[in-house]
Amino acid sequence: MEKKIRILVAKPGLDGHDRGAKVVAQALRDGGMEVIYTGLHQTIDQIINTAIQEDVDVIGLSIMSGAHLPICEKLAKEMKKKKIDDMMIVVGGVIPKRDIPKLKSIGIEGIFPGGTPFDESIQWIKKHIKRES
Amino acid sequence: MGVAKYIKNEKDEIQDVILQSGIHVKPLYTKKDLEEIGFDPEKDLAPPGEYPFTRGIHPLGYRSREWTTRQYTGFGTPMETNERFKLMISHGQTGLNVAFDLPTQMGLDSDDPLAEGEVGRVGMAVDSLRDFEVAFQGIPLDRIGAGLTINAVASIMLAMFQATAEKYGFKKDRVSATPQNDILKEMIGRGAWIFPVKPAVRLIGDTIEYSMKELPRTNPVSVCGYHIRESGCSPVQEIAYAFQIANTYIEEVLHRGHPIDDFVRGFTFNLNVFGNLWEQVAKFRAARKLWAINLKERYGAKDNRSLLLRGIFGGGGYGMTKAQPENNIMRGAYYALAAALGGAQTTALCSFDEAYTIPTPRAALLSLRSFQILMEEIGLRDTVDPLAGSYFIETLTKQMEEKIIEEMKRIDEMGGMIKAVETGYVQKEVARQAYEFEKGVQKGELIKVGVNKYTEGEEMEVELHEYHQESVGEQIHRLRETKRERDNRKVHQLLKDLEGASKTEKNVMPYLLECCKAYATVGEMTKVFKEVYGEFKEPSIF
Repeated sequence: MEKKIRILVAKPGLDGHDRGAKVVAQALRDGGMEVIYTGLHQTIDQIINTAIQEDVDVIGLSIMSGAHLPICEKLAKEMKKKKIDDMMIVVGGVIPKRDIPKLKSIGIEGIFPGGTPFDESIQWIKKHIKRES
Repeated sequence: MGVAKYIKNEKDEIQDVILQSGIHVKPLYTKKDLEEIGFDPEKDLAPPGEYPFTRGIHPLGYRSREWTTRQYTGFGTPMETNERFKLMISHGQTGLNVAFDLPTQMGLDSDDPLAEGEVGRVGMAVDSLRDFEVAFQGIPLDRIGAGLTINAVASIMLAMFQATAEKYGFKKDRVSATPQNDILKEMIGRGAWIFPVKPAVRLIGDTIEYSMKELPRTNPVSVCGYHIRESGCSPVQEIAYAFQIANTYIEEVLHRGHPIDDFVRGFTFNLNVFGNLWEQVAKFRAARKLWAINLKERYGAKDNRSLLLRGIFGGGGYGMTKAQPENNIMRGAYYALAAALGGAQTTALCSFDEAYTIPTPRAALLSLRSFQILMEEIGLRDTVDPLAGSYFIETLTKQMEEKIIEEMKRIDEMGGMIKAVETGYVQKEVARQAYEFEKGVQKGELIKVGVNKYTEGEEMEVELHEYHQESVGEQIHRLRETKRERDNRKVHQLLKDLEGASKTEKNVMPYLLECCKAYATVGEMTKVFKEVYGEFKEPSIF
């Protein structure tokens, strides 16, 4: 049997709107992944530590406050430092179109703004994980 | 947005309608339905202004007084927010609803490393009294009430508000603040919690007890079904959970020996308007009645003024869509209609651009105009509770009532709301339904115009509110300047006194007031509480 993809659904920063994160966590689980949810108010260091401890393949950030650019930048930088930049980062939430190129330049390829069909994000992750291995 | 399920046949005729609360709507209602459900006009429908208040809390409804409008406002520095307050007031807004940025909501100063990237982003940054002085400068606080959307540190902000009002020469018994101050709903749905459940509820008790004597026109708690509904629960649960949360706060104050009629008048509610129109109207009517019964029968309230469900019915955030954002202007207008037909005392709407950005002035004004059109042009002030007596609405009101009672019972059996939140029961229930809802939308079972039906057409470009990085620098500069200029020895001593009080059963409010007046910062006061009380840990629900 194929090994299940392990994904950490993370709520970085101070924003407490977690409807999206919890909904997506349930959808990813139904989509056949092993899901770990961090809970709220996580610092970048906490997220990275959990990701290492849980040995995940993907970190999925849910950000609604508009602070996605500084948060993603910092996470990508820290992951490089910790040499875990082989883990995939994906991000969802309130992400305006105009920020997508900037996110891609930081190295975040999987971007799922609110309303993205579950299937689309699940398939995207499955496809891109395989490509890397 | 389609929040009811429509079962249709191949000819597109509707076979069944299932509301989110699980009630099936029939194609036709007659007198017989009222008989079957046991509707008793004498018992169920006293005139407006009389127990059980199903028809409204004022005898003349909007004839005697139009609703208060309070768009949620605040961003960047207190200067920028003050300008926007004045703009909204000049356009006819009659109350304020202050948005704080996330660091403030979480009790962090603007220069805290954890605040990075968030200062002034989703609301105004407040570090010390100096910021409040700027934000409320030139606002007639004896006429304009201020809603403060703040929870974990509501006690601090209420003290800050009093200090500001007094500084500007308003008497404390003339000003009216409505801090949201509902921490249990933060733990269920909005996430801006800091302290563990019990001390957090104690702080709410302190604000209620204090307001009773010191701030008689202030409404110290606004219990929010709103955010729980936004997080996924049904309209029935929205009311049931809100009432059980309110009961928790009531009991906290009763334990201190205060009679119910001395304080419960300060309770208000914040309820949501999105969803099926009829279900919302019936919800508000049922809620008014059940709140009155709850107070009278459960707590023995005697004063009629204790029995009134007052509050803000508005928002509608979860109904708004990112696709075809201009449609949200129409949605908002219909939601406002639901609020008016439901007899809201106060209202506010999410603006059409809120799925993208915090509202631009143009969007906020459109919301305000929707209210004004309803009241001035469409006829919503004509007569009180215009839908009363309708076979359908009265049946639905009774059905909602029964379901709310059932749901409240479930929480009682669990041992009350504190238990239900500590164990994660409510959070789980809400998350499960949010997922079901989303699946319904993605499968096309729940219709959202512009999202899964009628999706053709050009996408509109939304003008985004710009986040000013310079404002952050300004804010931090002002914070450091304040810390330099204040009497630091005094601040240190006052914080020590606060710590002492928070370890005992003393009411912390007078201590907070002194701290605020001496320009202690929100971060410093919160730190005292954190050291004494610790921090909330979310129960795992997966």
